[in-house]
Amino acid sequence: MAVVPSDIDLIATHAPKQRGAVATYIRRHPTIVVGGVLLGLMIAMAIFAPYLHTVDPLALAPAKRLKWPTAEYWFGTDMLGRDLFSRTIYGARVSLTVGISVAILSTGLGLFIGLVTGFNRAVDAIVMRIMDGLMSIPSVLIAIALMALTRASLQNVIFAITVAEVPRVTRLVRSVVLTLREQPYVEAAFASGTTQIRTMWRHIVPNTLPPLLVQGTFIAAGAMITEAILSFIGAGTPPTIPSWGNIMAEDRAVFLVAYYIVLFPGIFLSLTVLGINLLGDGLRDALDPRLARRL
Amino acid sequence: MFGYIVRRILATIPVMAVVAVFVFALLHLSPGDPAAIIAGDNATTADIERIRAALGLDQPIYVQFGDWVWRLMHGDLGISIFTNLPVSTLIHQRVGPTVALSISTLVISIIVAIPLGVLAAWKAGTWIDRGVMVFAVFGFSVPVFVLAYILIYVLAIATNLLPVQGYANPADGLRPFLSHLVMPSIALGFVYIALIARITRASMLDVLAQDYIRTAHAKGLSSEKVLLRHALKNAAVPIATIIGIGVALLISGVVVTETVFAIPGLGRLTVDAILRRDYPIIQGVILIFSAAYVLVNLLVDLSYALLDPRIRY
Repeated sequence: MAVVPSDIDLIATHAPKQRGAVATYIRRHPTIVVGGVLLGLMIAMAIFAPYLHTVDPLALAPAKRLKWPTAEYWFGTDMLGRDLFSRTIYGARVSLTVGISVAILSTGLGLFIGLVTGFNRAVDAIVMRIMDGLMSIPSVLIAIALMALTRASLQNVIFAITVAEVPRVTRLVRSVVLTLREQPYVEAAFASGTTQIRTMWRHIVPNTLPPLLVQGTFIAAGAMITEAILSFIGAGTPPTIPSWGNIMAEDRAVFLVAYYIVLFPGIFLSLTVLGINLLGDGLRDALDPRLARRL
Repeated sequence: MFGYIVRRILATIPVMAVVAVFVFALLHLSPGDPAAIIAGDNATTADIERIRAALGLDQPIYVQFGDWVWRLMHGDLGISIFTNLPVSTLIHQRVGPTVALSISTLVISIIVAIPLGVLAAWKAGTWIDRGVMVFAVFGFSVPVFVLAYILIYVLAIATNLLPVQGYANPADGLRPFLSHLVMPSIALGFVYIALIARITRASMLDVLAQDYIRTAHAKGLSSEKVLLRHALKNAAVPIATIIGIGVALLISGVVVTETVFAIPGLGRLTVDAILRRDYPIIQGVILIFSAAYVLVNLLVDLSYALLDPRIRY
């Protein structure tokens, strides 16, 4: 096999060449890198929240309420004198937990249901009618309906948003399965006596992963916005867990005198969602060149 | 053609049936006693029993379901627990502002988004194109209420150009009515504009690569004519589709936008109902919003025949 110049680059391990490879990667996939770095920073911030010059995000200090940002209170204080910087940093934990959990749970569930419906016509006819119906209810409303009936808690928020996202994932997986089923190599697998489970696992599931990964990132971004919307209208995380949505909600009454309270969590939420969206765009471009040209 | 319209209309029946069953089932899917949850933490046993009876939860489930379907068929959405008024009356009172906000958002979004997308596709690869795409990514990332507060600060508090919040009845004059709608419509429409602009660009890029576009250029037509008469016309179907699907975004956003801007519409009704755990209202609003969404997408599907004469059913 002939060695082409690009292979030499990969084989070579000394520093200048490697730096060149990184630069090339960044040039080719700028959105993946920018999005990945933004998201990485937010995750690091969430993990190391206690060490980032923060105090207890729930500690009340009524004497120091509604202080504008100063050297002591970097982002100012809220209506109850709580340190907004600490609340915003800790809020990253809630938003990211919701986004990542919903993405994993809904792609997992959607993958399972999609595989079953893609292979079983009787189940397909019934399940897809149900999914069509659920998809005609805007996802925030499904989440609102479920949250109104359960106690405010992080688990319930994750569950409610997951239920709202599963139908779309199911449709995606099902469409991939239906296309693949007609492929010669899948027919060959069946013809040579491979069991259905094994064929699914070896030939179908790996092909659903790239689109699921892309879909998963967009679901994570959407779930974080939905969580913020739910918390903002009082149907999300309880006030004892500061999330970017409920920080903004609790203090929207004083927006006119202290708009910074809404501003800081809003900026962090937007930046995180932006990072995930860029990552998703980049992944889609990298994994599906056919779409990359168009969108 | 006629057969297609009838079939397409009939196809919405199972969809709405699933919505209705879901909305009914919600009360029964919840863990624990729904009557107790709705009543709240400070309720007495008598309160819980009263709510149980009001919601018909003391009946066998098949009786409840039969009742629910029967009443729904007659346009009866139940009685609000908190106000004791029929839900259909409450929805009727609040539907006006929401319709006004939705229509103005829809109009503004389409007027802004389609030219943006066409421009980006026409100038593909230039800084204009990149600018539109960057705007689109930001549009997807900034939540509606964050944008709403930024707009309030910039356009109302700092410059005093528009009223901070509230709603004016169109009967009290067109000017206050419109000036109260501008900011909510921009905030609500932002993500929708991003979505439509992005799809318009993608769809236009596809069409602009076709042979007949080159032919049109070659026979000496002006760029504007090629762009609008030949390209946009052929790119219309995906754009119409996304306008229909995107209405779901609008509906989700309406709930928040009405809260921020203190607009007394269906979204505000929903939020108040959540705080009071007034479940019949939540059920009614979900049904109405979903029906509106299904209806819009039905109209979009039917419009394909107009947009693309090649489509014959």
